[in-house]
Amino acid sequence: MTTTTEAAPPEVVPLTAPAKRPRRKLTPYWLLLPGIAWLVVFFAVPMIYQGSTSLQTGSLEEGFKVTWHFATYWDALVEYKWHFVRSFSYAATATVLCLAIGYPLAYTIAFKASKRWRNVILILVIAPFFTSFLIRTLAWKTILSDGGPVVGALNTLHLLDISDALGLTSGHRVLATPLAVVCGLTYNFLPFMILPLYTSLERIDPRLHEAAGDLYARPFTTFRKVTFPISLPGVVAGTLLTFIPASGDYINAQLLGSPSEQMVGNGIQKQFLNVLDYPTAAALSFILMALILGMVTVYMKKAGTEDLV
Amino acid sequence: MELNEITGSLPEPVRKAWERSLTSGRAALSRRALLQAGAVAAGAGTLAACGIPPARSSATGDAVAAPDHSDEEKVVNFSNWPLYIDVDAQDEQKHATLDEFEAATGIKVRYTEDVNDNVEFFGKVKPQLASGQDTGRDLMVLTDWMAARLIRLGWVQKLDPANLTNAVTNIEDRLRTPDWDPNRQYSYPWAGIQVVVAYNKKATGGKPVTSVTQLLDDPELKGRVTFLSEMRDTVGMVLLEMGKDPAKFTADDYDAAIHRLQKAVDSKQIRKFTGNDYGQELSSGDIAACVAWGGDLIQLRADNPDIEFVIPDHGYVASTDNMLVPAKAQHKKNAELLIDFYYRPKVAAELTAGIGYVSPVTGVQAELAALDPDTAANPLVIPTPEMAAKVHAFRSLTEAEETDFEEKFSKLIGA
Repeated sequence: MTTTTEAAPPEVVPLTAPAKRPRRKLTPYWLLLPGIAWLVVFFAVPMIYQGSTSLQTGSLEEGFKVTWHFATYWDALVEYKWHFVRSFSYAATATVLCLAIGYPLAYTIAFKASKRWRNVILILVIAPFFTSFLIRTLAWKTILSDGGPVVGALNTLHLLDISDALGLTSGHRVLATPLAVVCGLTYNFLPFMILPLYTSLERIDPRLHEAAGDLYARPFTTFRKVTFPISLPGVVAGTLLTFIPASGDYINAQLLGSPSEQMVGNGIQKQFLNVLDYPTAAALSFILMALILGMVTVYMKKAGTEDLV
Repeated sequence: MELNEITGSLPEPVRKAWERSLTSGRAALSRRALLQAGAVAAGAGTLAACGIPPARSSATGDAVAAPDHSDEEKVVNFSNWPLYIDVDAQDEQKHATLDEFEAATGIKVRYTEDVNDNVEFFGKVKPQLASGQDTGRDLMVLTDWMAARLIRLGWVQKLDPANLTNAVTNIEDRLRTPDWDPNRQYSYPWAGIQVVVAYNKKATGGKPVTSVTQLLDDPELKGRVTFLSEMRDTVGMVLLEMGKDPAKFTADDYDAAIHRLQKAVDSKQIRKFTGNDYGQELSSGDIAACVAWGGDLIQLRADNPDIEFVIPDHGYVASTDNMLVPAKAQHKKNAELLIDFYYRPKVAAELTAGIGYVSPVTGVQAELAALDPDTAANPLVIPTPEMAAKVHAFRSLTEAEETDFEEKFSKLIGA
């Protein structure tokens, strides 16, 4: 037996960069810094401060001290339970209406409108934002005025008889009823629904529709099996962008509602500014945030789009 | 202001109503209110477990004063409500009375319209005043109950009568001794606000509305009545209707008034509680009758002749907006000179002609009659002697009462 010499192993060329450059490793953190700083200053610190406030007791003149008074949360929840119910039911209704109005519109802009019209319609969608939120809401007082054409037409058609019976309106008028508040919310948050819907629909390749047609899908089936599922991230984003701010809104209830339509935002505002009960106001804000967070989590799970959003 | 550009294209009465409801709002709400609340929280900055120190200044006198730079720096920083000063017909930025003040004294006025709402403004200046810092303002105008709170908290400075010769002489007798600032040591009124009953005669079918009782009970007005979201103005009018004096009522009287209002809310007689935004609906007839502010009515009546107003037999509530020098102000003497300047009857007449609110200055009527006879003859600006006999002020409240009453009122209005 002759001994064989083992072949010398080929020289290994190190693949890693010769000198470690720690600065490069830190780059992502530097890039994150402005965002993190912003979050800390405008989100984390106020949250902690507000959390502290909600656990304090005292008065303006005597000062407030942290006494870990958790009962404030329960008391606030009990006292404002109907405000929460109203906030969420109005916001949910407005969100559904926004989706019902916004989806066909976004679909039309994305697939049916010519390039020129597309931009015009998009500008029209955004146009209301050039006016202040308050003015837009006050405009609805004119639109829904008791003696105005809208209420006149609804009365002629006896539609207000039905909505009166359902408790949506009262006294054959729309202003100062739940319907007015929901109308205001729907109108004010509609663009937040349309824009994400449009961006997700616009990305869909129209050839997918042709392909579906080639496979003998009727237009409705194409929509149900192809278009809608692909646009789902837009639906989720749109509903969240509408529902979350709408549940915290207080302007619409204040201007278009009566005392029986006030939402939780109105309660927070009054407690903070008029009653000067800062702990209750802070606790209400936290409860609102927690409830929204809970609902959104459930919704995202149900919608099954965690990986899409 | 961008608002003007946006609303420029609207019909005149609508634009005016909107502007009033947005900017001249004594109770106008704005999104800013909550944003500012957030900013207050952010600004205070200190982390958990810090608590909020007592708001009341521990010491008085020197603690609130700051070195007065009035003689070196000929300026005064003046914070006031929007649309609450005379404006030049050609140039909205020009205010004749302020220019006259500068010509007379050499003091330049930095005039800012940043008081939109009493409670909102309180939220804005609270952090500085509570921590004993200068707010950058030498003079600010707040409604009497808020002025009372600031005095109670020790956040405003005592005025020097030596600089206020006109003011001391010319202030109306009825305004000399409010219970929250006897002898006017801290405050002088800028203008007075009257709370009256108003109705749209087209909407009532020509039927006059003459009392708060009618607002609360008349079935013909059901669902077409509003009250104001300013607690003192609404409850004050109801107390008068119940035969109580808003200057001397008890906690039980207050509860009774709230109960009376609650019944009208429950029966849907009262449609809602509003800030200045009632003007739009009163003008359109959606609201047939309401409790209204006199200053608004002058404009509303000019735009819509169907709108009438009534001083109820039971009496009416009036309040004042007052000039105050905040603690640590840098130009206190200049501020006092400005206060005094507006107590010259001729200047007061110019101001009154410009804003249409009740002047606190005696002798203004004669000057106004020469300057603007129409305004001088308007009882909403110059109350008649019969009205003067019916006017009542809402008494000042202790802190505990204020919290309790505001809480009950918030419940009433649904918030």
